[in-house]
Amino acid sequence: MTVLQLEQIGHAFLGRTVLDGIDLAVKAGEMVALVGPSGSGKSTLAHIAAGLLDPRRGRIYRSYRHHGVIFQEPRLMPWATAADNIAFGLVAHSRKGCPIFRTRVEDAAARVALEPADLAKFPAQLSGGMRQRVAIARALIAEPDFVFFDEPFTALDVALKRRMQDIVIDTVAGSGLSGLFITHDLSEAVRIAHHIVVLDSHGRGVAGGRSVPSSPGERDDRMVFETAHAFLTEDRLFAHVNDYNERSIT
Amino acid sequence: MLGTRAARTGRFLWSAWAGMAGLSVFAAIWQLGHETYGSFILPAPAETLVSMVGLLADPENWRLIGVTAARALVGFSAAALFGTAAGVLAGYHPAIMRLARPQITLLLGVPPIAWIVLMMIWFGNGAGTVAATAAVAGLPVVFIGAAEGIAGRDRGLDDMSRAVGLGPISRLVRIALRQILQSLFPALTMALGTAFKASIMAELLANAGGVGAELASARANLDVAAALAWILLSVASLIAVEYGLLQPVRAEAEAWRESARPWGVKR
Repeated sequence: MTVLQLEQIGHAFLGRTVLDGIDLAVKAGEMVALVGPSGSGKSTLAHIAAGLLDPRRGRIYRSYRHHGVIFQEPRLMPWATAADNIAFGLVAHSRKGCPIFRTRVEDAAARVALEPADLAKFPAQLSGGMRQRVAIARALIAEPDFVFFDEPFTALDVALKRRMQDIVIDTVAGSGLSGLFITHDLSEAVRIAHHIVVLDSHGRGVAGGRSVPSSPGERDDRMVFETAHAFLTEDRLFAHVNDYNERSIT
Repeated sequence: MLGTRAARTGRFLWSAWAGMAGLSVFAAIWQLGHETYGSFILPAPAETLVSMVGLLADPENWRLIGVTAARALVGFSAAALFGTAAGVLAGYHPAIMRLARPQITLLLGVPPIAWIVLMMIWFGNGAGTVAATAAVAGLPVVFIGAAEGIAGRDRGLDDMSRAVGLGPISRLVRIALRQILQSLFPALTMALGTAFKASIMAELLANAGGVGAELASARANLDVAAALAWILLSVASLIAVEYGLLQPVRAEAEAWRESARPWGVKR
């Protein structure tokens, strides 16, 4: 069953076309990674799919209950503690007075390996990785059945990135949720996703897709490295993924 | 929570010593002026304090201070309310901002004296004139503070709260208004001071009672000690309102900033 379908999506900023004729489908329980060179309009597409931006053309069909979004930056409210930031994910769903509220916050924090002592801290007192964990917990607390990831770990160092990817594999890809993961790091895509979709380097449609063998939780480093290497060197579809153009709008 | 609040208050009260030290320097210079020019031109600080205490012994004078403070606060509240509302609107819409900018320049350019004259013609010599003058004097500052706060907000948080499922009204209340506090509070502090100054001036010129009228009669009697005592009293009432009302609210809203500071530089 398809839970998210994009049909002929097109978008333009100030008359400059950034996306055109994009078709994309995500099935239930599937994590799709969207890769493409910098400036190909990946983030714009994610924002359109998540309903944060209205596309100029095309249709979006959603059949999941509700989604969570994890952005490139943590986007935490600096005036609220980690616990309040996580609880903000529930703000549209339930009241703060609920007795189960506290336990839900603690559960969500535990899922991303945040300790209870961290919950009383303000974002300024947390490290970069902890902040991104809080952001993930905020997206997961409302129990979405679809999660959008907009290059969430680009700013993190290698070890932290791995840890975060493991969290995503445990909480989303491994537990039957669907998701769309935007990234320009092919090995990250190979590690996390069931299916990889490559965006055309100028946002003109989808260049193609490849399925990744076995499922996200079961891949070892060797397999991830070799698959990503094989994609990059032998598959023409991925020829332009590592190109970049700093001047274009992402 | 209560503990951190108590610690904050304690730290704040302790910091009053530094303020006292600054004021002592001021008093010393004042004393120097007194010794140079004599009591008639500039009474000594101690003399002024004595006459201030004398003024405070009379409950009627307390009432006068209350009258002036009430007028200033009414004007300040009006300025805070309208200024914030208009500033938020202008912050969201660049077009409104462009229309409002020249009006603000205009408001800032018209001297308060001119406002007092106009208000006296429109409202007569009463509390209305005084409060309206205070409001007009404080409005531009509050407007600019609120508008800058909205225009400089973190737009990433807007998208985030939309992704969480918040509507436009909750986004405004929970995200935008929260962010403007940083630029709004300094503006409010300034507007409060301006409101006090403008109301005393308006009272003096319109002879509308309150502290301003007492200042006028001190001037008529060439009673410099009384004039200085009234000035001290009005400054004291401003300080009382600012540190009794505005700063505690600010400390409560900006508690996170305190904890974001590294140790050793808490102020």
